[in-house]
Amino acid sequence: MNHESSLDKLLATDPADVGCDGTFELLHVYVEVELAGQDPQPRFPGLAAHLRSCKACRADYQGLLAAAAGLDG
Amino acid sequence: MSSVDPVDGDVSDLALGRTVDAESRLWVQGLRAAGSEREAVLARLHALLLRVARHEVHRRSASLQLRGPEFDDLANQAADDALLAITAKVDGFRGESRFTTWAYKFVMFEVSTKLARHFWRTTTVPMDQQDWDRLPDLLGVQPHERAEWHELLVALRRAVDEDLTDRQRRVFVAIALNGVPIDALALELASNRNAIYKSLFDARRKLRASLAANGYLPHTASRRP
Repeated sequence: MNHESSLDKLLATDPADVGCDGTFELLHVYVEVELAGQDPQPRFPGLAAHLRSCKACRADYQGLLAAAAGLDG
Repeated sequence: MSSVDPVDGDVSDLALGRTVDAESRLWVQGLRAAGSEREAVLARLHALLLRVARHEVHRRSASLQLRGPEFDDLANQAADDALLAITAKVDGFRGESRFTTWAYKFVMFEVSTKLARHFWRTTTVPMDQQDWDRLPDLLGVQPHERAEWHELLVALRRAVDEDLTDRQRRVFVAIALNGVPIDALALELASNRNAIYKSLFDARRKLRASLAANGYLPHTASRRP
């Protein structure tokens, strides 16, 4: 049986993860790089790792992306 | 920071090599102004923040039990507190993005915080009760697979009991087993999202190492960030 596949999600950690504070610090830049049509992940690998792991920061990211893309002005 | 370090992305070129766009400059100048000019900018910014807050609360409200007045109160409180944070921190805006994108970040934070309060008003979770019966479902274990998973789950439970600190155990059980949102747990423990996340991060790493050491999972290359 493949224990790793389902436990990975539960116990996954990425050493590059910058944490919630590190993500908040640069989230606006990350979003604007993405809105400019570029992939922000190579430039911000630790932030990207965090967004994969933290549901709360991922929700903030999705909300900020939507706001910056369509609600500005 | 013990395990999650805020080191990422070189933005120095963004900060130094990019001039602040005209609209962003006007926002900052307006917030640094005095009298009626500042009041007008504050009113304009609050209206923008409220619009974003309403949109964000609506976006996240699918799984919430928010009635009309609660929805409006939550969005207004988020916009009010975001405006306070923005005016207090405007000197920290470095022009790495549009001013509004930077400002909306505070709305997201405040909406998350307000929704955490709402969670405890509408939900009862036994904080110290470990809901191990839910774990097979969380892991996607099918009923016919439960027997072969039994030993692994017993090992995981033993690792939770024996290898984690009290704090790590409480955080892991609440978030991973009981499904408490991280901001709601931070509120309950008088902490903050980042500190709770660090505890969860350390708990996950310890548990994985314990299961690997006992042959239940393969060893993975591990280094502290």
